[in-house]
Amino acid sequence: MSDTIPIQLTVNGRQRSLRVAPHHTLLDVLRDDLDLTGAKECCLVGECGACTVIVDGRTVDSCLVLAVEVDGASVTTVEGLARDGSLSPLQQAFLDRGAAQCGYCIPGQLMSAHALLETNPHPSLDDVQEGLAGNLCRCAGYQQIVDAVLAAADGADR
Amino acid sequence: MSRDGVGASVTRGGGYDRVTGRQRYVADIHLEDVLHVKLVTLDCARARIRSVDASAAWRVPGVRLVTTAEDLPRPMPRFGPQFEDRPVLAVGETKYHGEPVAAVAAETRDAAEEAARLVHVDYEELPAVVTLAAALDPAAPLVQDPALRPGDPFATTNVLREHRVAWGDVDATVADLVVEHVYAFPMVTHFAIEPHAFMAAPDGDGIAVWSTIQHPYWLQRILAKLLRMPLSKVRVLAPDPGGAFGGKQHTKYEPLVAFMALRAGRPVRLVLSLEETFQAARRASASVRVRTGFRADGAFAFQDVAADYLVGAYADIADRVVSKGSYPACGPYRVPAGRVVGRGILSHTPPSTAFRGFGNPQVNWAVESNIDEGARALGIDRLEIRLRNLARRGEAFIPFDTPADGDWEQTVRTAAARIGWGTPLPPGRGRGIAIGIKSGPTTGLSYATVRLLADGSVIVYAGTSDMGQGARTVFAQIAAQELGAPLEAVTVVMGDTAVVPYDAQTSASRSSVLMGTAIQRACGQVRDQLRGMAARLHGIDEAGIVVERGTVRLPDRELPVLDVLRRGLGRLGGELIGNGEMRKEEEPGHPLGGSAAFWEFNCTAIEAEVDEGTGDITLVRHVTVSDVGRALNPLQVRMQDEGAAIQGLGHTLMEHYIFDDHGRIRNLGAIDYRIPTSMDLPLELHSEIVENGDGPGPYGAKGMSEGALLCVAPAVAAAVRDATGAVIRELPLTPERVWRALHGEPDRP
Ligand code: FES
Ligand code: FES
Repeated sequence: MSDTIPIQLTVNGRQRSLRVAPHHTLLDVLRDDLDLTGAKECCLVGECGACTVIVDGRTVDSCLVLAVEVDGASVTTVEGLARDGSLSPLQQAFLDRGAAQCGYCIPGQLMSAHALLETNPHPSLDDVQEGLAGNLCRCAGYQQIVDAVLAAADGADR
Repeated sequence: MSRDGVGASVTRGGGYDRVTGRQRYVADIHLEDVLHVKLVTLDCARARIRSVDASAAWRVPGVRLVTTAEDLPRPMPRFGPQFEDRPVLAVGETKYHGEPVAAVAAETRDAAEEAARLVHVDYEELPAVVTLAAALDPAAPLVQDPALRPGDPFATTNVLREHRVAWGDVDATVADLVVEHVYAFPMVTHFAIEPHAFMAAPDGDGIAVWSTIQHPYWLQRILAKLLRMPLSKVRVLAPDPGGAFGGKQHTKYEPLVAFMALRAGRPVRLVLSLEETFQAARRASASVRVRTGFRADGAFAFQDVAADYLVGAYADIADRVVSKGSYPACGPYRVPAGRVVGRGILSHTPPSTAFRGFGNPQVNWAVESNIDEGARALGIDRLEIRLRNLARRGEAFIPFDTPADGDWEQTVRTAAARIGWGTPLPPGRGRGIAIGIKSGPTTGLSYATVRLLADGSVIVYAGTSDMGQGARTVFAQIAAQELGAPLEAVTVVMGDTAVVPYDAQTSASRSSVLMGTAIQRACGQVRDQLRGMAARLHGIDEAGIVVERGTVRLPDRELPVLDVLRRGLGRLGGELIGNGEMRKEEEPGHPLGGSAAFWEFNCTAIEAEVDEGTGDITLVRHVTVSDVGRALNPLQVRMQDEGAAIQGLGHTLMEHYIFDDHGRIRNLGAIDYRIPTSMDLPLELHSEIVENGDGPGPYGAKGMSEGALLCVAPAVAAAVRDATGAVIRELPLTPERVWRALHGEPDRP
């Protein structure tokens, strides 16, 4: 590939230098070049949230962001939530509350919830429902997902 | 109930991988040396294909294969679970928007996409029929070539088949009141968040195929026949699907990728876009005419139901959806005379297939709504009229089928109590209540193998697909319970036809009941072997030994299973292997080929408020109560019920395909086709279960997970009518439709 562009990313704390096609999205690069398949492909138009990752502290639909646009950025994916093999409190709450059914939407839900709790550690029910409104789940009635986020937030209180 | 076993809300098997992003769905699996496939489709539904010119596509660097109908065996191989009508690629004529005409395989996804755009198809667009009225017009073009259905009296029409069930004499029955209306149900799609994905690779002298499929063994059978290979040479790998809901039951593009992999001599992968997935699977829309006869006291005199389902261009499993879906249309009621005619009508639309609830929600919406009409006309309370007619336990409400297998009144009264039926409401609010019923599996076959390893840990092999319903978890619980092993020591292996014994299918909420029983039986064989071991070791008769919950009880003492196992296996170690089988045989002469293994029974009650200025509906409270026999894992049961309830709000409030004059779906994809989000939830959602241990499955379980979707629509529409007086007989209840009904404006199609 001649017309690739070099970029630098920090992905889950690790420095990565790579060459990417100018039209490839961050999602393409994560999944195809870095084999980080936690972020999922579904609608590819920014509507479902399955591809949600955090770029410099903010959630983005990685299917809508070109990889070259995030040159130099720090990216966190679902693979970066657990530390040293132990789940983050949010992941643990998702597991304990049974938030994951098929699990396909869960990486995206976790990233949106993670970003929500970073900016709003004590969200109300409405805050959580609004914060996750961009993440579709077709399996659940959303109850357990929302419960898990509220439980993780509560835990942070103690 | 134990901490680990049946009845405990243990966390999901595979849950850790799902919250860490490690779960590998089909699209996440990387095969070395893989080629990427892109489909070539046309911008209309029906067209005569004159020629396909792939020369420009071949010039794209990285292109390794372009497959057209010419490159496949002749006559074109066709397949389908009921009728072998679906070609691997369109031949001569496309029949629906999105039907592939050719496919390109290239070294990169980019190259495949570019080359697919460059395949030039010379075609002539032909008129397409995409509605029931158009398909049934005597002048309508035939969707299928009559040669595909030799000897079929309907082959020269667009009727796929007609199914009739009847008892009593509807025409001779007199009623004090007859209510007749027509109800419309929209065409909707599964929208699993995981789009369909397929891979195939040559595998020695056979083939390996990866698919997001629900029925891997059915797929194996179809591939073996198409490829003329023995079953043993066709290996289907079926990682847990990322949601399926029926849409992934049957073979779609696996034959195409298999032919391409064999031709290329390399692995190929085809991951559909969400738009392509919308064109690959959807639910049948329907128009249902209901004529209900009532006696003055509210007792039903007769039900006369005619349901036309708009199925696609190829049958897929749609004919079964029609027959089994329409079959219990008269509901769980005492109906002295009943007649149901269900027809599948072919059209130039994507093949319709199974979708949670099968073909039941369509008729359920109609019949339950019509019961409300009668109650209103007779001045009888809508709950009361249902209770008055509801079948009591043991009553054969469909004369030739399984009698009522639950205390259904308890379910209905629970829902009524939770919604506060009969208590005063604030102005502008209304309530609705409806009952849903669906036949469980009518036939089935599941095998399971259970290995008790030398350290007391257990491996269960079960061919069920865990698509989110949690079968993996429940199976581990059953094995843990039966063998007294800790849950952490149980592994469940699924999704590989080369390793796991045969299972007919994952559908109709069958797996806990059928596969669960097979696993119980396999564990029973292991226990028998333990008894034999203990008898040998202690020189006593087997008859005096009981193995229960991890303990071997001899006449004079109790030993842990592990103790007997270690000594019995001896220095060479080894393991005990048990096999279990559960079959539900066909019943010749039964209209569905077999009676219901169980009935899925649900009552849904809604309290709603309507904004008369905008037509927006707010669900103040949504109550869903299901009779599950026994909840093997109460948390998972709740998740299934709530998920089904919210999914039901989709077709009730917002979801529907819209077609244009070319038969194209205008709202393909997530921007224009909306499903419920976390902002669309009822203000309160209550799910409850009734557990009387009266199911045929392990520990009294019945199948569940579809029930809570069945009757959402009639309950919501009834609440809207109660609140506002608006009468709407067509779904979804969009704000515009509600507003028009409220303001006396005609509905728009
Ligand atoms: S895949 Fe990115 S939002 Fe749907
Ligand atoms: S858990 Fe299946 S889509 Fe959310």
